Amino acid sequence: MDDIKTLTLAGALEGLRAKKFSSVELTQALLDVMKPSQADIHAFVTIDAEGALAQAAEADRRRAAGEDAPLLGAPIAMKDNMSVIGQPCTASSRILEGYIAPYDATVTAKLRAAGAIFLGRTNMDEFALGSTTQTSGFGPTENPVARGCIPGGSSGGSAAAVGGGLALAALGTDTGGSIRQPASHCGIVGVKPTYGRVSRYGIVACASSLDQVGPMTKTVEDAALLMDVISGHDPMDATSLDIPVPRLADAWAGADPAKPLAGMTLGLPKEYFGDGLDPEVRALTEAAAKRAEALGATLREVSLPYSPYGIPTYYICMTAEVSANLARFDGVRYGARVSCDDVLGQYLKTRAQGMGAEVKRRVLLGTFVLSSGYYDAYYNRAQKVRTLIKRDFDAAFATCDLLLAPVTPEPAWPLGVYQDDPIRNYLSDVLTVGANLAGCCAMAIPAGATAAGKPVGIQLLGPNFGEPTLFRAAHALELR
Amino acid sequence: MEYEVVIGLETHVQLKTHTKMFCGCGTAFGATPNSHVCPVCLGYPGALPTLNGRAIRLTVMAGLMLGCEIAKRSRFDRKNYFYPDSAKNYQITQNDAPLCLGGHVDLPGGRTVRLNHIHLEEDVGKLTHRPGCSGIDFNRAGTPLMEIVSEPDLRSADEAIAYLTALREMMIYAGVSDCNLEEGNMRSDVNVSLRPKGQEAYGVKVEIKNMNTFSGIHAALEYEIARQTQALDRGQPIVQETRRWDPDLGETFTMRTKENAEDYRYFPEPDLPPVVLTQEQIDAWAKDLPEAPAARRERMMKDYGIPEYDAGVLSADRALADFFEAAAKRSGNGKLTSNWVMAEVLALTAKEGTHVKDSALTPEALGDLLKLLDAKTINGPTAKALLPELFAQGGDPAAIVKERGLGQVADAGAIEPLVDAALADNPKVVADYKAGKQAALGFLVGQVMKRSKGKASPQLVQSLLRDKLS
Ligand SMILES: [Zn+2]
Repeated sequence: MDDIKTLTLAGALEGLRAKKFSSVELTQALLDVMKPSQADIHAFVTIDAEGALAQAAEADRRRAAGEDAPLLGAPIAMKDNMSVIGQPCTASSRILEGYIAPYDATVTAKLRAAGAIFLGRTNMDEFALGSTTQTSGFGPTENPVARGCIPGGSSGGSAAAVGGGLALAALGTDTGGSIRQPASHCGIVGVKPTYGRVSRYGIVACASSLDQVGPMTKTVEDAALLMDVISGHDPMDATSLDIPVPRLADAWAGADPAKPLAGMTLGLPKEYFGDGLDPEVRALTEAAAKRAEALGATLREVSLPYSPYGIPTYYICMTAEVSANLARFDGVRYGARVSCDDVLGQYLKTRAQGMGAEVKRRVLLGTFVLSSGYYDAYYNRAQKVRTLIKRDFDAAFATCDLLLAPVTPEPAWPLGVYQDDPIRNYLSDVLTVGANLAGCCAMAIPAGATAAGKPVGIQLLGPNFGEPTLFRAAHALELR
Repeated sequence: MEYEVVIGLETHVQLKTHTKMFCGCGTAFGATPNSHVCPVCLGYPGALPTLNGRAIRLTVMAGLMLGCEIAKRSRFDRKNYFYPDSAKNYQITQNDAPLCLGGHVDLPGGRTVRLNHIHLEEDVGKLTHRPGCSGIDFNRAGTPLMEIVSEPDLRSADEAIAYLTALREMMIYAGVSDCNLEEGNMRSDVNVSLRPKGQEAYGVKVEIKNMNTFSGIHAALEYEIARQTQALDRGQPIVQETRRWDPDLGETFTMRTKENAEDYRYFPEPDLPPVVLTQEQIDAWAKDLPEAPAARRERMMKDYGIPEYDAGVLSADRALADFFEAAAKRSGNGKLTSNWVMAEVLALTAKEGTHVKDSALTPEALGDLLKLLDAKTINGPTAKALLPELFAQGGDPAAIVKERGLGQVADAGAIEPLVDAALADNPKVVADYKAGKQAALGFLVGQVMKRSKGKASPQLVQSLLRDKLS
């Protein structure tokens, strides 16, 4: 087998199809690197070695019988907020300890039908509320590349697993940058699809109007392979759209190898290159833009004038939805329960003990912005600004095919820093929340590293359902 | 002082759908607890609601029946509160963009009660308390409910009941709900206040929550009106509050006052896109709408020449009215058909404990039977004797009459010998009649009918007897 740590999903599928190795061998090789990494990286909250090997044996049997499927025998890591029947699904919260998912999320069912194997569940910020994976109820995850630093979050476990070579590929969820930011910090590819492209059914909801599931992979090609499996309308998710789904693995077919971006206009949003941007991040982003130009793209500066309002708007919309979405975790029907003589006491004790400080902070904020007397000043106003932010993007995409921008204002910071400064953490989402508020598609791709060796990614943003163009450009620009 | 009573009702009507509002679970009543549940209606992590299109259609039909404006764009909201009967700790409802706006209910006396709106929402689970623990049955959780909100136009407990009766009749009629009160298909929250007669401003209102029997609502209103009257007469202020009716004690009790009112923090449900309806869609549904009972009553009086009482009884039951109209069209005699349905058919259904639509009697068969009667092909007793058979087994009346030779004998030549024989055999009765005992004639008619095996025309027999005895 090739070096398991650098093996891509496409490479693994090629090896399986060529019978260079079996799915059992592949799965075992991954389990062998996963297990020892738990002590320091801690990318996983659950590893299902037995289940994964059984699924791998079944995949090998099918392949021996002449069958094939898009992902037959390929192990995929799932973020801990995705339902996989029979596996725990805690969203890294103590309040869901003991809960076993009784059904498959739609993305799980689609991966399963495509032959994928579920080898483990990746760590995350509790209920996806965070951007460091330090708020997990089961202990933090460490960046496997920039050691001693945060992996980003909330899909930090998935990013660390893929970036550290512990998984071929993973799924994450992106509510305000939760796929792109950790992908950038761990040197991998992370896709936030257009809102409504991928079903949310069976994903523990963070903020329903912002959440999207997406792939986290070593290459753009791998991301396309997963997108082609998980995308599409789902009758179980009323917000998923029933429109044609173009095949993304063909997105870059036929491009001129010398000028693959010929005819494409990339916009550089000037508000995303402001004063707060780390110089090394700025330099690497500008280098990526130069590379795009060399590959045939036309660059132009654009403005997203409402972006300064992105953070407050996002934190109002998100916390409001979170406060309602997390209300169901009350210990009555499933998960952990702290008993009490009366029902109010049971609610209070269960939630006080089961939820971490950041979760409580956001539930309180969300409850406040929806409260009578404050609703118009906060929630209602935020909805109006959200519409203006969306119009910013519509205007930008009227003159550009895609936007190119940094993902985070600075590279991964050391573990423990800013831990007690929630505002500082919130501000680091400033470059990613726009795509979620507008609903458009976006992708982080590796763009190099700082002098200290910390990975830095850039993001490409595309209009709603502009994934084919997004993938075509990303495939040309990613640094492999 | 004299007060005017002001009452408004919020009535929850369970829609007649096979499945729940936001998932595929069944809505059958009386199943084993927690047997009609799934991740969606249990509020499991990751589960999402999807909209039951039939619930939308039925609510639009109810709105059209009640003269509402149908919103082309409506929306669902989350109503946030913690309670164990709510699986998500929020209820999906429609707060400020309901499906139906305005509308009215016309009361029998001619008064009109305006509606504010009708919105859709999901029902909650059912709590049962036992010593030391409580149980929750989520079978009912997620069942579609339509909340019909009236304006404060009702002026007495009697009027409130008249309103609910009319509403119930219309909803059953439109096929929107079974409105089964025992199963809790129709539950009302009642708002009641008093104001001095002649004053325009409303008094402080009290809400009495969640009552499902009409007698309970009437008693609770009577009690509350008396309680408020007494308080006001003594100069005590009414406290704005929510009260609970205890049917066993026959009193209302404070549940919570305005100060402790919950802040439900409504906001648009992000999991469901707005409901967008086109005029074409609404028009297509309107075609399935039955005629309103009151309008049908008027029309049936005119079309069939039947009295108001008959039309009222027949139109109150949509299936019975359909049966009557089909039979009357077939017989060609509306009044005769109405008499027969009201007396004979309803007596049979009462005796058998069934509905005519579930019997073997088709409206065509009844129409044909009455046509034979009307044409004097058979007589009344023969028709009455045949009805139970048609009710139980069905059949073609004309064929049966022909096959069994039940045709009425209206030939004086054939009946005269039977009359003579009856007179000869009953000299004492003849003497009685001649002595002025009119009732004796009926006995003699019966004797002739018996000799004719029931086939003689009773009118002919009577006239022949009178001739012979005069
Ligand atoms: Zn259900």
